Amino acid sequence: MFGKLSWAAIPIDQPLPMIASGVVAFAITGILLWVVLKGHLPYLWHEWITSVDHKRIGVMYTLLAMVMLLRGFSDAVMMRLQQSVAFHSQGFLPPEHYNQVFSAHGTIMIFFVAMPFMIGLMNFVVPLQLGVRDVAFPTLNSVGFWLTATGALLVNISLMVGEFARTGWLPYPPLSELTYSPGVGVDYYCWALQISGVGTLVAGINLVTTILKIRTRGMGYLRMPMFCWTALASNLLIIAAFPILTATLAMLLLDRYLGFHFFTNDAGGNVMMFMNLIWAWGHPEVYILVLPAFGVFSEVISTFSSKPLFGYRSMVAATMAICILSFMVWLHHFFTMGAGADVNAIFGIATMIIAVPTGVKVFNWLFTMYGGRIRFTSPMLWSIGFMITFIIGGMTGVLLAVPPADFLLHNSLFLVAHFHNVIIGGVLFGAFAGYTYWFPKAFGFRLHEGLGRAAFWFWISGFYLAFMPLYVLGFLGMTRRMQHYDVAEWRPWLVAAALGAGLIMIGIAFQIAQLVVSIRRREELRDVSGDPWDGRSLEWATASPPPAFNFAVLPDVTGEDAYWALKQHAKDDAEEANEGHYKPIEMPRNSPTGFVCAFFATVMGFALIWHIWWMVIAGAIGAFATFVVFAWRDEDEYIVPAAEVTRIDRAHRARQHARFSAAGVRS
Amino acid sequence: MNILDPQGPIAAAEKTILIDSLAIMLAIVVPTIVAIAAFAFWFRAGNSRARYLPEWAYSGRIELVVWSIPALTVILLSGVAWIGAHELDPGKPIPGSQKPLKIQAVSLDWKWLFIYPDQKIATVNTLTIPSGVPLQFALTSASVMNAFFIPQFGSMIYTMNGMTTRLNLQADKPGDYQGLSSHFSGDGFAGMSFAVHAVSESAFNDWAAQTGRTGGRLNADSYATLAKPSTNDKPTTFRLDDQNLFEAIATQKLPPALGPQDASSSVEPTGVRDVR
Repeated sequence: MFGKLSWAAIPIDQPLPMIASGVVAFAITGILLWVVLKGHLPYLWHEWITSVDHKRIGVMYTLLAMVMLLRGFSDAVMMRLQQSVAFHSQGFLPPEHYNQVFSAHGTIMIFFVAMPFMIGLMNFVVPLQLGVRDVAFPTLNSVGFWLTATGALLVNISLMVGEFARTGWLPYPPLSELTYSPGVGVDYYCWALQISGVGTLVAGINLVTTILKIRTRGMGYLRMPMFCWTALASNLLIIAAFPILTATLAMLLLDRYLGFHFFTNDAGGNVMMFMNLIWAWGHPEVYILVLPAFGVFSEVISTFSSKPLFGYRSMVAATMAICILSFMVWLHHFFTMGAGADVNAIFGIATMIIAVPTGVKVFNWLFTMYGGRIRFTSPMLWSIGFMITFIIGGMTGVLLAVPPADFLLHNSLFLVAHFHNVIIGGVLFGAFAGYTYWFPKAFGFRLHEGLGRAAFWFWISGFYLAFMPLYVLGFLGMTRRMQHYDVAEWRPWLVAAALGAGLIMIGIAFQIAQLVVSIRRREELRDVSGDPWDGRSLEWATASPPPAFNFAVLPDVTGEDAYWALKQHAKDDAEEANEGHYKPIEMPRNSPTGFVCAFFATVMGFALIWHIWWMVIAGAIGAFATFVVFAWRDEDEYIVPAAEVTRIDRAHRARQHARFSAAGVRS
Repeated sequence: MNILDPQGPIAAAEKTILIDSLAIMLAIVVPTIVAIAAFAFWFRAGNSRARYLPEWAYSGRIELVVWSIPALTVILLSGVAWIGAHELDPGKPIPGSQKPLKIQAVSLDWKWLFIYPDQKIATVNTLTIPSGVPLQFALTSASVMNAFFIPQFGSMIYTMNGMTTRLNLQADKPGDYQGLSSHFSGDGFAGMSFAVHAVSESAFNDWAAQTGRTGGRLNADSYATLAKPSTNDKPTTFRLDDQNLFEAIATQKLPPALGPQDASSSVEPTGVRDVR
């Protein structure tokens, strides 16, 4: 009846996961009770859960990422504590638990923190920057988000019911095959990623279509803000790379469920094929993450230097070069497989070539600051922190691309330090910069600046204290994923790294405080003009938060930095651009399709993991039926009447006008 | 364990390449970091002496320079990488007149088996080698992937079931070193470190002869017992009965290990408790 599922699946004898899942379950129940008792459920359902508005979906993606960051960070703290005490001892985590912790940490941080954070920012910002009203496929967008949430949910269910993978964030066979991992951990991993992978692919298709097909009048490709370019490159990579991940995991699942032999030891299976396939996805994946962050930094550095981005066309070329080159370097993840000198050398050199466009980007940001009037707001601090940190991470990356150096450093803590250096210093700092920069656009008030700065300083000093010792440990020969060790000289560095994690924890506490304090003091932090940073691109032309339709009249674009040009024009003429001719606007109707579909996907994923076949069939039928009902809907749009559009836009223009007049008086 | 304190020619050459590459890159990385800090400081909004160039966004000359600097650095490093990858290919024999010592390494769940086919002996979790003699490793795995790594000798390499990888190393002088598995292989992974004893050639011959007279016998039967999962195994030595044991493992004539047979939990954690 319930397949492999029984009461034995709940690890009652293990206090740590039970306490952790207990706290999470308690918090979720508490929030749900509060929502229902306070009568917020209809609001949540109509305004958020069923929303197909790209801005709302973007916010929900970001929220998911931030919540999962807390989970992934708890795993990180446990690992750092374990390694700082596990000298000549077993520490407090036995291997079967420690191995789950680092596997979950990597999986969560990449798939359920970095990915949704970046997709959330792109979802929110790209249509606004392109001067349009929505993405190409609004309901599909909602489906994509909820499927990502399904994946995150399944990973967290594994804490309470069964176990998570103990194979690392990429489940290398044969360890991940049924022979060596007979439990449900790898199945949780695979199905969570298969379901959320569909969501990611859908999001990628949606954003590429939006950028290629839906732009406002005059928004030529070479007038798009840099963030739109990096979003285009990133989503092209998603479309090209994620099907490889899906296929690879499907092969592993066929091995595990139906006795196939793609990657098994016996019957002609080949583990080297898995390594090649997983990294053919895995290397582009890191550029999927970091390219949008590059876009955020381009926007932030240009805005707060009060200058256009230096070498815009050069930046576009560099972005697209990275997009293509990222598919040609996957083999550098296993130089130590013994492929031979020619193969290793060619892939090493191909890897270094990526450093050229990346270096160009850094120099172009540098010259964007040159001749600027730099305002050191917290998004700008994250950006400068990024530039310095990322150069170090890039340098150690190129070092690992030299095959003989990699023969010494592969799989060591030097490697761990390197990729955290680029993922925290690049992706996460970019995510935080973007979050602070666009927060007022999303909610109509700024985040508290002082607490934001405090968070930045703790994060960056914590980062250096946590990861520079890991570089040293790599030189001391320490390999990754050690549950215990007996080399005395490693210990002080591991203790230092644990202290670094403590500083980062304080940084995160400041970020939580920042959010709470900003919400409580939202009236003093209110952004009435819609343009709190003196921005340059079109998202700042509309109100904060923007109306559902974004722009009452779609803007006309005549060059790069469209909104900057508009403001200059308005200041010169001491008047703003004339209001356009208001027409009724058609907007897509909300739809529960995404949520219902994801509900059935969760049921199906859980049933597949535990071999509950009747439930698999029920989930599959439910998900398909949801799609059929959606496909046969009668009305898919509603009309915002012209009078309503006029009223909303005139109110915003009045506020803008007051600001321009004030600026006119001052100058 | 310090790779910056190499104890063999391969490790020394790799360390040189590592330091050289780092130096080449630092030559542009340090000035860039300084420039970022300097530009950010000088062009701060409050500095009235800094020039404000609100429209300045393109300069052909600077573009040329910013594409050239990383490109030239990468061309230089590419040369280092190409030559290094060929010179230090793990499969390439170490030049010299001396006859190399053959060692066959097998990663098991969760320990290392080292077979000395010419000496007809084998060891578990301990490796004794003559210093100054080239070592020719052939490596495979009896179950999941691992990587063989003695940090102070250089070059790690994967071990994979059904396949043989090759590695050439050499120790400069007698001494005690440590090796480990540098690819995660499951619950007993952290216990897969092994002691490496480099001794003089004559001492090695004595040791080999001595070992050949003592200890249990290693053949297909005792191998089957050895291949069962266990953790933190004590160093042991064997007399080698079956000289083709390595080939039998690498070609899967002896089938790959069966892994944990019980789905609900992993192996008995007895060995793990020993460490405490």
